[in-house]
Amino acid sequence: MGGSVMKPPVSRLAPVQWIRQNLFSTWYNTLLTLAVGWLLVTSVVPVFDWLIFGATFSGDGPGDCVGKGACWLFINQRLNFFIYGFYPDAEQWRVDIMFALLALSFVPQFIDRFPGRTWFGLFGLTGLPLCGYILIPGGWFGLEPVDSSKWGGLMLTLVIAYVGIIASLPIGVLLALGRRSEMPIIRGLCIVFIEVWRAVPLITVLFMASVMLPLFLPEGMNFEKLLRALIGITLWQSAYMAEVIRGGLQAIPRGQYEAASALGLGYWRRMGLVILPQALKLVIPGIVNTFIALFKDTTLVLIIGLFDVLGAVQSTVTDPAWQNVATEGYVFVAFCFWVFCFGISRYSQNLERKLDTGHKT
Amino acid sequence: MIKTRWIAVGAALVIGAITSASATAATTLENIKKKGHVQCGVTTGLPGFSQPDEKGNWTGLDVDTCRAVAAAVFGDAKAVEFTPLTAKERFTALQSGEIDVLSRNTTWTLTRDASLGLNFTGVNYYDGQGFLVSKELGVSDAKDLDGATVCIQSGTTTELNLADYFRAKGMEFTPIVFDTSEQTVQGFSSGRCDVLTSDRSQLAALRSKLPDPNSAVILPNIISKEPLGPVVRQGDDEWFNIVKWVLFVQINAEELGVTSANVDDMKKSDNPSVKRLLGTDGDMGAKLGLAADFGYHIIKQVGNYGEMYDRNVGPGTPLDLERGLNALWSDGGIMYAPPVR
Repeated sequence: MGGSVMKPPVSRLAPVQWIRQNLFSTWYNTLLTLAVGWLLVTSVVPVFDWLIFGATFSGDGPGDCVGKGACWLFINQRLNFFIYGFYPDAEQWRVDIMFALLALSFVPQFIDRFPGRTWFGLFGLTGLPLCGYILIPGGWFGLEPVDSSKWGGLMLTLVIAYVGIIASLPIGVLLALGRRSEMPIIRGLCIVFIEVWRAVPLITVLFMASVMLPLFLPEGMNFEKLLRALIGITLWQSAYMAEVIRGGLQAIPRGQYEAASALGLGYWRRMGLVILPQALKLVIPGIVNTFIALFKDTTLVLIIGLFDVLGAVQSTVTDPAWQNVATEGYVFVAFCFWVFCFGISRYSQNLERKLDTGHKT
Repeated sequence: MIKTRWIAVGAALVIGAITSASATAATTLENIKKKGHVQCGVTTGLPGFSQPDEKGNWTGLDVDTCRAVAAAVFGDAKAVEFTPLTAKERFTALQSGEIDVLSRNTTWTLTRDASLGLNFTGVNYYDGQGFLVSKELGVSDAKDLDGATVCIQSGTTTELNLADYFRAKGMEFTPIVFDTSEQTVQGFSSGRCDVLTSDRSQLAALRSKLPDPNSAVILPNIISKEPLGPVVRQGDDEWFNIVKWVLFVQINAEELGVTSANVDDMKKSDNPSVKRLLGTDGDMGAKLGLAADFGYHIIKQVGNYGEMYDRNVGPGTPLDLERGLNALWSDGGIMYAPPVR
């Protein structure tokens, strides 16, 4: 942007004046300021002391964690496991490529005027899943196959969340359209699907997928636990997505439907060109809300024995060789989740701004 | 009309299930040889028994038990893959054929053995439930715990054992149930309860997580029997025998003094028991459907029972558990295996 944008006018208050005016204007404001200041100092200082100043970052083993602060050395030594799970060392470059592609697809979205950033975004929605499908499980083009039971850590969290997000959106759109359809059978089926899946907790879906389903299948016939979980999560999530999108469809004025019909467009073009673009734009906050919820819900796969990033951390914090490192582990997991959820949220705000056509009131 | 159609559909499904079942009626051993590895169910992380290390390799007593099975079948202890399972999933995973052997700190009980379609192949660790109490309490025996507040890790056997024990002694207690072991330790160290109860194999590890481990003691009382061992599906006696005898071979090896370090020298031994064990004499392997030197591979790559114990849970490891009941019968324990002959 450079210097073309005018800077806001400089505040005319000197810092001392500002402080006096805002923090110490009356006796009770002074009291409040002092009380809050004291609370901040007494709570923030120990937190930072623990997080950074007194913490141990490097060393050789458990014996080096002697300080009062956090033992990040534990995270440091296990980082490989927390990120890749049991993925073989020699093949981890494939996951690294996927991380790089993920960053390449979405980081440009935050930079205005990045050349061709729309294409990067489109690649993230189409090419990226395809690359992942080829690279991560392997078995193609001479890549060593890596069984899904070896996937784990942050990589597994991202795989589950990404598949859930990418697959549930189109299914959700179809279900939402179906629920508003005038064809009774399609409408009935969509209503039943949505109401059944939405009424069941995710934990039940996962249990059904991992514990009950194998019992119904003939002995010897198995498909991978991860695949079962992915299908369960996708179907469950698409029921939610359908209702969010239906909200958008209902918010479009009747005149838009009629105008599209008057242009002589058929059903799919009417929906695809006129109604859905407006409806989806309206419900971006709702959709993103559901995505973030899904991202965090992926931790539930822990209860079916899949090692997502939380599962990986939980399985190792009990290691008796280390002192109590549970807090460090959970802080690390919280940080991972915060980074991604905050990223998704910023991305959606970016998207809203970009698509804003001045209809907001 | 509709009814007959449903019956037809049902019949078709049943027939389909039967034919597909008979089509896959290959034995477990054949399936494993085709796959090229043993699929083994373990915990999602239990110190000393099955837990991933820094590099993501599974380690522990239960893990080594599976590696020994792989060494017996393939002559390669690495030909094993692990499926982490929660307590709720473990039996289904075995019943459905997702795993070949369950080695997941599982207590052998009548109900499990008789009603789940499973067979316990032996005991690789004799455990029992015990108590950790704060030193300040001044208690030296569990019978003085009347009225205590007890921290328990959720998991029904532990809870039921505790309730049984207190009821039998006519004592009162207040349970505080936690989800994970580190929460249990936090609850105990922050003083929310006077007593922490868990399997004794875990108490030492939990105690080491306390800010001051010396502030707590483990009571001598053992209030339950927890024989832990590998489990296989019922109905495939060939595979049942293999898993059973792998452990017996390891126990026999310890008794005969065969270790991973001296196994190569022992191959030249004149002792007929050692010769049978290592396959230099007799056809013990063939009787199980394995290679003649399957015993040699187990001992060479995984070690005898004592080595397996010392490496994972014995003195010197963080768990620091004395052999106790798990010592050989000749050393005052109850580890006893039928002879290889």
